[in-house]
Amino acid sequence: MGRIHLKGVRKAFGDVIVIPSIDLDIADGEFVVFVGPSGCGKSTLLRLIAGLEDVTSGRVDIDGVDMTNVPPAKRGLSMVFQSYALYPHMSVRSNIAFGLKMAGESPEIIKQKVEKAAATLNLSSYLDRKPRQLSGGQRQRVAIGRAIVREPKAFLFDEPLSNLDAALRVQMRLEITQLHQQLATTMIYVTHDQVEAMTMADKIVVLNAGNIEQVGAPLELYNTPANLFVAGFIGSPKMNLLNGAIAAKFGAGTIGIRPEHIATARDRGEWQGVVRVAEHLGSDTFLHVDAETIGRITARAPGELALAAGDKVGLTPRPDRIHRFDSDGRAMRA
Amino acid sequence: MARAHSLRRRTITTAACWLVGLVIFFPILWMAVTSFKTELEAVEIPPKFLFFDWTTENYGVVQERSNYLLFATNSILLSLGSTLVGLLFAIPAAWAMAFAPGKRTKDLLLWMLSTKMMPPVGALIPIYLLFRDLHLLNTRGGMIAVLFLLNLPIIIWMLFTYFKEIPGEILEAARMDGATLWREIVYVLAPMAVPGIASTVLLNVILAWNEAFWTLNLTTTDAAPLTVFIASYSSPEGLFWAKLSAASTLAIAPILVLGWFSQKQLVRGLTFGAVK
Amino acid sequence: MATRQTRILAHAATAPSTLVLFLWMIVPLAMTIYFSLLRYSLLDPGNESFIGLVNYEYFLSDPAFFAALFNTLKLVGGVLLISVVGGILLALLLDQPCWGRGIVRLMVIAPFFVMPTVSALIWKNLLMHPVQGLFAWIANLLGLQPIDWFAQAPLTAITLIVAWQWLPFATLILLTAIQSLDEEQKEAAEMDGTPPLSFFFYIVLPHLARPITVVILIETIFLLNVFAEILVTTGGGPGNLTTNIPFLVYAQALLQFDVGGASAGGIIAVILANIVAIFLVRMIGRNLEA
Repeated sequence: MGRIHLKGVRKAFGDVIVIPSIDLDIADGEFVVFVGPSGCGKSTLLRLIAGLEDVTSGRVDIDGVDMTNVPPAKRGLSMVFQSYALYPHMSVRSNIAFGLKMAGESPEIIKQKVEKAAATLNLSSYLDRKPRQLSGGQRQRVAIGRAIVREPKAFLFDEPLSNLDAALRVQMRLEITQLHQQLATTMIYVTHDQVEAMTMADKIVVLNAGNIEQVGAPLELYNTPANLFVAGFIGSPKMNLLNGAIAAKFGAGTIGIRPEHIATARDRGEWQGVVRVAEHLGSDTFLHVDAETIGRITARAPGELALAAGDKVGLTPRPDRIHRFDSDGRAMRA
Repeated sequence: MARAHSLRRRTITTAACWLVGLVIFFPILWMAVTSFKTELEAVEIPPKFLFFDWTTENYGVVQERSNYLLFATNSILLSLGSTLVGLLFAIPAAWAMAFAPGKRTKDLLLWMLSTKMMPPVGALIPIYLLFRDLHLLNTRGGMIAVLFLLNLPIIIWMLFTYFKEIPGEILEAARMDGATLWREIVYVLAPMAVPGIASTVLLNVILAWNEAFWTLNLTTTDAAPLTVFIASYSSPEGLFWAKLSAASTLAIAPILVLGWFSQKQLVRGLTFGAVK
Repeated sequence: MATRQTRILAHAATAPSTLVLFLWMIVPLAMTIYFSLLRYSLLDPGNESFIGLVNYEYFLSDPAFFAALFNTLKLVGGVLLISVVGGILLALLLDQPCWGRGIVRLMVIAPFFVMPTVSALIWKNLLMHPVQGLFAWIANLLGLQPIDWFAQAPLTAITLIVAWQWLPFATLILLTAIQSLDEEQKEAAEMDGTPPLSFFFYIVLPHLARPITVVILIETIFLLNVFAEILVTTGGGPGNLTTNIPFLVYAQALLQFDVGGASAGGIIAVILANIVAIFLVRMIGRNLEA
C-alpha cells in the first residue's frame, strides 16, 4: 500500500515561503512526477514527504496515518538521491544491505534480499565492488537497489537521472518505468525535464513558485493545458504563444499553437513568412519563421523538408488545435 | 624552448634549493651530530663535523640523570589525551555545524576561533591560582584539560572543513535507511572522514607536544612534558652541550616525523581555511 | 535545511564544546579583570583590597612597561619582516623545478616542528655562544670579531631564533598559494612574453596579497605571546632588554607575586591581541561565505 495525501502543506524557510499551500492525493501504485523549473519547490515537496524537512503547517498522511511528525526512517519510504548518495566506504552489497541492517534483519534474510534485488537490477557480479569502481549507470542502479530491498510503501526519486549522459538517461528511464510495472509500488519522481515527465508518469504535477499549476495525465496536460505556464512548459519545441491583434481575432488575450500543429507549404498558407533558421533532424524539420505581423513562429514538419534560411514559407495552424487563454493566462474552454 | 637551456636552469635552481634547505635545516642537523660527541668534543674549536668518535653515551646519561622517559611519557599522555578528549567534544559539534547549520553557526564558529586568539597571559594568573587551590598544579589531568581547551577550537575547525566536503545527501540517505544519529556518525560519517580525522589528530598532537607556555608555568616534574625537561638544561654553564643535544634530539625526533607527514594539513589547520 | 528534530540534536551536539570554551574564555578573563582592580600580593594573602585603576596607572607609568611594549613590537616586527620577505623568496625558489624537491621541502619545514625550548637552547649554545659557538668560529675564520649575541644584541638574537621557527610557516603557506596560481595564467603570461620581474609584481604578488595578510595576522597572534624562548635564554635580561609583555606579566605575577599589577598587564595584552584578532576573524569570516 502507498496512498499519500497532502493537506494544506506549507513550507517556509524563515521569511521565505517556498510552498504556500498544497493539497494533493497520490493513489496506491501510481507513478507521479513532480515537474517544474528549478526553484519551483518540487524537491522541497519531495523532502517534506520524505520527512527530511518539517512542514511549517499542514498534514502528510501515508495510508491514512498522520506522518507529519514522524522521522524519515519510520515513514516506510525509500529515496533515490540526485547524487546517488552511495556510502563510498562500503561495498555494493553493504550499501544495499545497510537499511536492512539498521532495521535489525537477520543476516540470512539480508543476504537473500540483497541478492534478489541485485538480480533484478543486473548487479549480481558487482556486489563486492566499491561505488567508485562503478559507472554512473551502475551507481544509479545500486541506489535503486538500496531503495527496493526495504520494500517501501513508496519510492521517492529526486532528479535521479540528471547526472547521467543523454543516452544512459533514456535507458535508465525505461528501466525505472519497467521496475514500476514490475513492483506496482507508488513512485514519486521529481524532475525538471518535461520529457521524463511525459514518458514516465501516470500523473504529472506541474509546479511553479511553490504552487500546483495543474495535475493530470501526460496527454491531458498536452491537450488541455490549464494555463499559459503549463502550455509553455509541456511540449518540445515549446508552444507558440501569440497575443495582440491575432489573439483578439479569436476572442482571447493569448492564443497558443504547438509547432507540430502548424502545416507548412512553400507558396501558400494563412500566414506568410521567411525562414530564419531551419533545423534538420531527419525525422523532423524545425522551422523558425519570422511571420508577417505576428512575429517569430516555430513550426515542426515531419520528415525532411527542403527549406533553408531565407526561403519564403506559408504557415497554416490547425484550427481545432488552437488554445485560447484569457488575459490572466487561464485557459478558455470553448 | 631548448631542452639544454631548461636543464641548465634546473641544475642551478636545484643547487640553490638544496643550499637554502641545508642552511635552514642546519641547526637541527648540527644538534643531532653534537649529540653523538663527548662533552669535550662538543665545545671544541675548531668544531669537528664528521670525524670524531661517535658515541651514544649521552643518550644513556640523559635517561639516567634526568629520567627522560618520565617526561617523554608525560608528553605522549598529554598530547594524545588532550587530542582524544578534544575529538570527543569536537566530532558532534563539527557534525552539527557542517550538516545542520543554523543562522548563528558561522558566528559560533568564528567565536570559537577567537578564543584561540586570547593571549595566555590574560588567563595565566587566575588559572594558576585555581590550579593551586584545586591541587591541579603538576597533575596530568589538569594539563590535559588545559591543552584540550587550548586546541579544541582548532580541532572543531579542522573537522568542520573536512566534514563540509562530505555531501549531506549521504547522511540523509542513512537517515532514510533508518540510522539513528549515533549510527549515522559511527557507520557513515566517521568511516568517510577517517583521513580528515587522522590529519586533525596528527596536527593537534604536534601542537600539544610543542606547547610551551602553560606546560612551563603549570608543571615542574610529575606531569611535566619534554618542553619543561629541555628548559631544565638552560643553566648557564656550557658543559652539557652534548647531553642537551641528545635530550633535544630525543624530544623533537618523533614529532618531526609526524610533522613531515602532516605538512599538507598544516596549512589548512593553521590558517583556518583562509588559504586554500 | 533540516528538521526540528535534527536541529535540536545539533544544538545538543554543539552545547558541550560551546560551554567549555565559554567558561575557558570568560572565567579567567573575568577573574583577571577583577584581580586587576585589587591590591593583591601572593606574599600577603588575605589582605586584598579594592583600589580601582591604580594597578593600571602603575603599570602604564612604569618605564618597564614601555620597554616591554617596544620590545614586543620590535620582536613581532622583526620576525614578521624576516619570515614574510624570506618566505616569499623561499616560496618562489621552491616553486622552481628542482631535483629532490620533496626532501628540500621537508628540510625547510622542519624548524616549525621543533619545540620552542629546544630551538632556543640549541641556538643559544651551539650556534650563538661567543667562544664555542659555530657562528663565533665562522667569524674567526673570516677574520671578524665574533658577536656575543646575548650580551651585545640580545633582542636581535631572540628575534633570529623566533624567525627561524616561523620562516617555515610563512614559506609553506605562500608556497601553497603560489602553486594554486592557475597554470593557464602562467602559460598566458609566457605567451604574452611577460618578463619574470613584471610577472612577479603584476601577477604573483597580487595573488599572494591575501595569503600574506593571513600569514601576518596569524604570526602576530602567536608572536605577541612569545614566552618560552625568552624564559630559557635570557630570562628577560640583561636588565629588561628582552622582556616583552607576556614575560613582564609572568615576572610580575610569579616572580614578584604582585597579582594585581600582573593582571592589569594581562588585560593590556588582551586588548593588544584583540586589535589583531578582529582583523583576522573578519577575514576568515569573509572566506567562510565563499
